Amino acid sequence: MRPFSYAAPATVEQAVSLLEAEGSEVLAGGTDLLSLLKDDVEQVERLVALRGIEDLSGIDASGGRLRIGSMTTLQELRDHADAMAAEPALGTAIDGVASAQLRAMGTVGGDLLQRPRCWYYRRGFGLLAQGENGRSMVTEGDNRYHAIFPEGDARFVSPSSLAPLLIALEAEATVHGPDGERRVPVEALYRTPRAEGERENTLGPGELLVEVTASVGAARSAVYEVRQRRSLDWPLMAAAVSLYGEGPLVDRARIVLGHAAPTPRLAAAAGDLLAGRELTPERIVEAAEAAVEGARPMSGNRYKIQLATVAVRRALLRAAGMEA
Amino acid sequence: MSDDAKGSGFSRRSFLRGGAAGALSSGLAAGLLPGDAAAAAAANDADGVPIAGPDPVEVELEVNGAVRRLEVEPRVTLLDGLRDVLDTTGPKKVCDRGTCGACTVLEDGQPIYACSRLLIESAGRSITTVEGLGSPEAMHEVQRAFVENDAQQCGYCTPGFVVATAALLARNPAPGEEEIEAGLGGNFCRCGTYMGIRAVVGGPGHGGGHGGGNVGG
Repeated sequence: MRPFSYAAPATVEQAVSLLEAEGSEVLAGGTDLLSLLKDDVEQVERLVALRGIEDLSGIDASGGRLRIGSMTTLQELRDHADAMAAEPALGTAIDGVASAQLRAMGTVGGDLLQRPRCWYYRRGFGLLAQGENGRSMVTEGDNRYHAIFPEGDARFVSPSSLAPLLIALEAEATVHGPDGERRVPVEALYRTPRAEGERENTLGPGELLVEVTASVGAARSAVYEVRQRRSLDWPLMAAAVSLYGEGPLVDRARIVLGHAAPTPRLAAAAGDLLAGRELTPERIVEAAEAAVEGARPMSGNRYKIQLATVAVRRALLRAAGMEA
Repeated sequence: MSDDAKGSGFSRRSFLRGGAAGALSSGLAAGLLPGDAAAAAAANDADGVPIAGPDPVEVELEVNGAVRRLEVEPRVTLLDGLRDVLDTTGPKKVCDRGTCGACTVLEDGQPIYACSRLLIESAGRSITTVEGLGSPEAMHEVQRAFVENDAQQCGYCTPGFVVATAALLARNPAPGEEEIEAGLGGNFCRCGTYMGIRAVVGGPGHGGGHGGGNVGG
């Protein structure tokens, strides 16, 4: 690792003011950032450590609302009985995170804003991975784990384990910055970079993710991940669903794919198919097919379309309590 | 150790000192703030936030029950500090990327990858390595069970596995098959001694180990 300085603010305001400086980067759980620094994929002049900011940790699950501080570790959330009772699918999502060590170190904010796993990016070729000839290294190379919904020149996938579910739950993110606080839907944290050097999130200079909040109990939700290995790996494909409404009738449904596109992908048309109708095995299949409509696979990842339909089907069955 | 000496590096107190004025009562903050000269490379910014490095800074943490102070650059990982400065070589450096688990230690009781934690982040916290669990003369029950179940071959992954196993059993004294996999999935053994390790964790009936090391019992 190259040398850097290390700042330990105790308040969100202090962190924001430190982060405004060029070359500053947030240090949350550090599980990924340290590897990126060791590999010289990322360079920083100063790390702004969030570990000492008490306001960023903690969970509150009462009155049908769930509030999770961004520095809450995945294990702390998993161990929070009220939060797990309020939204059991969160437990499924956390259990999918590789290992006990990563769950103990990794934070909710870090999971939501982690950098993509694209191996071209990890080798220092940038998020858009354009080779010297200007052509995409992804389309011309090994793209087995890449996006089936590429956007522009971006072909990496969003790796967050929690984002699809939080988006299905219509959760909000609180972002603190130099101009104060703003609240946005979790999906608005993400964007597709259009040029090399742009980030895949919408946080501006000095902005910090403070917490996520969601209504719980209003929907039946589930997460389903398709994996190659059971431990220490990312899923090949993931789906999160929330079914709103009482009884067999679904008022509306939110279906979100992870590992499919450069951002978590809300499959709005698939959700619309289920709105106002009773959930049947046939409609579940239809919704799963709709969720992959418009997919544009590359040379090595056509198989992920099938995985996406499986993930959506199984997540819907699980949410509806129809799992075999 | 005087208060002044104790407070002069990156300890938990210096974290408190950094932003304490607003968070603590003024009387307590006043006791912490003045007089505690920061170490050479640790300075405070205009807001009073402690900023360390990039030069070495003094950090204090507890390792296997003893308070240790060392001077390290902020970029030094907990693993490198333990091994290269404190000569605590139980945690092994293998992948150095938070994948293989050979560096697993406990931080305030939680299993972490020491390669993926900056040492300065552990300031004021309590670290337990495999050395801190027990000694050859007085082994921790997990260490004894590893021996009895022949749960190692080359032994390089063993310190991390022992610590991860101790953490798993502290959370869950009688884990089932899936819980064992979830608890130890962050550790690799390239020799493939997993059957012996399953026997350590799950007792007779798990894996192919021999001997009676039912640590979970």
